[in-house]
Amino acid sequence: MDTPVRTKPVEERSNVVILFAGDSGDGIQLTGTQFTDTNALFGNDVSTFPNYPAEIRAPQGTLAGVSGYQLHFGSVEIFTPGDQCDVLVAMNAAALKANLDKLKKGGTIIANSDGFDAKNLRLAGYPDGADPLGDGRLTNFTAHAIDITKMTRHALEGISLGMKEKDRSKNMFVLGFINWMYSRDNALTEGFLKRKFAKTPDLLDANLRALIAGHNYGETSETFTTRFEVHPAPMPKGTYRNITGNQGTALGLIAASQKAGLDLFYGSYPITPASDILHELSRHKNFGVKTFQAEDEIAAICASIGASYGGALGVTASSGPGIALKGEALGLACMLEIPLVVINVQRGGPSTGLPTKTEQADLWQAVHGRNGEAPIPVIAASTPTDCFDMVLEAARIAVEHMTPVIFLSDGYIANGAEPWRFPQSNDLEPIIPPLAKGPNDDGKFLPYLRDERGVRPWALPGMKGLQHRIGGLEKEDKTGNISYEPKNHERMVQLRAEKVARIADRFKPIRLDSGPDSGKLLIVGWGSTYGAIRTAALQLQKEGHSVAHVHLRHLFPFNKGLRPMLPRYEKVLVPEMNSGQLRQLLRAEYLVDAQGLNKIQGMPFTSEEIREAALKHLNA
Amino acid sequence: MSTTNGASKIPGQARNDSAVKLDYSSDQDVRWCPGCGDYSILKQVESVLAQQGKPKEEIVFISGIGCSSRFPYYLDTYGVHGIHGRAPAIASGLRSVRPELSVWMITGDGDALSIGGNHIIHLLRRNVDLNVLLFNNEIYGLTKGQYSPTSPEGAITRSTPMGSIDHPFNPLALCMGADASFVARSMDRDVKHLREVLLRADAHRGTSLVEIYQNCNVFNDGAFETFTEKATKPLHTVFVEHGKPLVFANGTKGIKLDGMTPAIVDLATGASLDHLWIHDERDAYKASILVRLFDDPGKEGAMPRPFGVFYVNGRHTHETKLNAQVAMAKEKKGPGDLDALLRGEHTWTIG
Repeated sequence: MDTPVRTKPVEERSNVVILFAGDSGDGIQLTGTQFTDTNALFGNDVSTFPNYPAEIRAPQGTLAGVSGYQLHFGSVEIFTPGDQCDVLVAMNAAALKANLDKLKKGGTIIANSDGFDAKNLRLAGYPDGADPLGDGRLTNFTAHAIDITKMTRHALEGISLGMKEKDRSKNMFVLGFINWMYSRDNALTEGFLKRKFAKTPDLLDANLRALIAGHNYGETSETFTTRFEVHPAPMPKGTYRNITGNQGTALGLIAASQKAGLDLFYGSYPITPASDILHELSRHKNFGVKTFQAEDEIAAICASIGASYGGALGVTASSGPGIALKGEALGLACMLEIPLVVINVQRGGPSTGLPTKTEQADLWQAVHGRNGEAPIPVIAASTPTDCFDMVLEAARIAVEHMTPVIFLSDGYIANGAEPWRFPQSNDLEPIIPPLAKGPNDDGKFLPYLRDERGVRPWALPGMKGLQHRIGGLEKEDKTGNISYEPKNHERMVQLRAEKVARIADRFKPIRLDSGPDSGKLLIVGWGSTYGAIRTAALQLQKEGHSVAHVHLRHLFPFNKGLRPMLPRYEKVLVPEMNSGQLRQLLRAEYLVDAQGLNKIQGMPFTSEEIREAALKHLNA
Repeated sequence: MSTTNGASKIPGQARNDSAVKLDYSSDQDVRWCPGCGDYSILKQVESVLAQQGKPKEEIVFISGIGCSSRFPYYLDTYGVHGIHGRAPAIASGLRSVRPELSVWMITGDGDALSIGGNHIIHLLRRNVDLNVLLFNNEIYGLTKGQYSPTSPEGAITRSTPMGSIDHPFNPLALCMGADASFVARSMDRDVKHLREVLLRADAHRGTSLVEIYQNCNVFNDGAFETFTEKATKPLHTVFVEHGKPLVFANGTKGIKLDGMTPAIVDLATGASLDHLWIHDERDAYKASILVRLFDDPGKEGAMPRPFGVFYVNGRHTHETKLNAQVAMAKEKKGPGDLDALLRGEHTWTIG
């Protein structure tokens, strides 16, 4: 680490929201994740929101090509990536234009002046002759224009790289500068660069020099007179790491397979935003993980069904469009009554919709989206770290109750990161597959003879004397033989439904996330709205309002404690990133006059939006 | 499982005519139409299983949807009656995790080549080790008589009263195009040949694709009779054997290769066997020509339809490589340590 030449005054901040924005080729995501890791390692609580375009390399300099990475870090508990930003780093004119409305009044802009030349201004759609950095429209903010490109090139003089390659290091200059600004050193990123560029010394040299130059610039520049300090957060004692939702999901699946003593088989077809789970799992074959990149979504789920039939933990993942294709096979898994975890990392729909944006609009698809009556448990994660816990829960239910289970995540928590006080493997409960032990009916084997929970035995090929045939045709009760008998069909439909309903018997008692256990308003949330609702609810409680927050993990079947809980409040508010899917399920199930707060913009709620809506209901 | 109640309740369709075959029959009544070609295939499969004496519990039959796909219910092995067209995917997943099992896939022309067309080609290129029996009857039977992707142009069916306008697949040419590692054709009416081909298919490591001409006596009766009936069979079929010349019509005719073009030679008028095409099942080029012998038998000068094992390639199976990677990862990184995985690379401690 370089030694500071002078010392500038340091101001304390309890929490900071910073948004890095630039072209999708500017290395914004890397800059963001490195700064996140540095802060997390320092002991801050963090929450992140990467927001990138659907196109791999949208036309340079345009609004469509703007990639963003928002980080909220603090010495206090952090639940969301932040409603509004304190700092906006804009690598070009488009990045400024696309994100200025997210900056707080009085916030700081750090602009790369090279990205505001005539061409970039035109591409960003500014009128001819406009000068957004100098024409006074930024008077509500503190704007600093720095020629990052020039300074990076200067720092890299003498390195035998082309200009284009040198310019790629400018994100490291930015990172070095931001590290300085928030009193962080470059150590974590230096280590990262040394590993990443171990085989390309020129690139390593370039990136390191840019990083150090950025840090030194902060120290020596006359423009920046102050640096900031965000102390470690008072997090519960323990050892932490940083994790995204998709990583949490992947690790949860491996943990489930280890705890169940079953090899993990992951059949999947690439789709945004679920593919990172495939990438992560394919790196862990030493855990006996088998990944299968199928020819399509249908093959992905069917291969997973085949693997489960063979005695593995079969898992498939996709996003909404892919889940639609898997619908028929989901029905098959329901009829076969074999374990299967089906992950939907939701994105904006319908159809191809908004591939890189977030939404919660596949809840009905998960609960109802099959032909016939095919009840399948549905579980949703609320934060990146919750993905680990909830996918483990999904796998536990799938294996122990012999059923497919749908696990809902979404683009927001899948790509967002937060600190994780990871568990020890010994703390995780074992998962017990109901493997057949032998003939179960007077020397014969009946594959659909159920136990007291309605669960059938799992007989694997290779088990002597337990040969049986299963399929998608309706089965005779107990024997599993084909049956078209009218009363038998009705009975089987009921037995399958009862089996799934009884899964609720094992759920832990429902508990409020915050607030009084009766009162004026209950906010019922599910999935990734957790952080925004929690922040709003805590704020409202601090302001003296009678508001409670409950967050549902089990969407089907519901936790039994929900029925007595709902009537204890005068009003129920259900914020969702859809038009009211949970609200309608709650109304149908509990005859409760639940009101909705609905946002369908491909963007998460801000906590302020939720607070305002709650106030409206409180004051009505 | 009962092994005594295998007899069909359909008159004239008695099963289990030998003590050995009995063993592999399930207790379920066979429900194909009387006279269906499927009975013969079931019998030969049972015969092959019996001949090899494989433990029943180590055999799995996987099927899609269609008449043929009821097959698994009739055998006392493990079985999955899947969904339409997806048996290749189910079988691929199963074999990936249980490479020691004997897995058979039963499919039809609609199941494999229409709704499951995508899966079958990927199954073949991956070369998952299973025996695929493709019952081709050139019709949709279970849905009662619509044209299938193998029905000939002009076929009059319930959905094509004016004749089919769709050009049919040549199934084995499609399989060669997908780099299948074992390609063969047989027929329901030639039980000896069928049994031999099934034995070869089962012995092959990789996807063994056997197209079986199967008569649907209800909706497409006689579709293959030119190839199967005594009177016309000799002139319209050629049974190929590795290392032997292509001879047909009771030894009176042969096939030679003029460059890339096959031509019929009249052996009765003195042409020599030495100039004939010698079948080499390891030769992909020649196999590609062989599967192209696909003339309408009614056409003037039609080439005979070939039967037998056309192509065999011993390349690695999907599951061998998959499991080798897992083994290699375990060797290189050691068996997975869950705590190390959960901990990750960077951690910090509070308190």
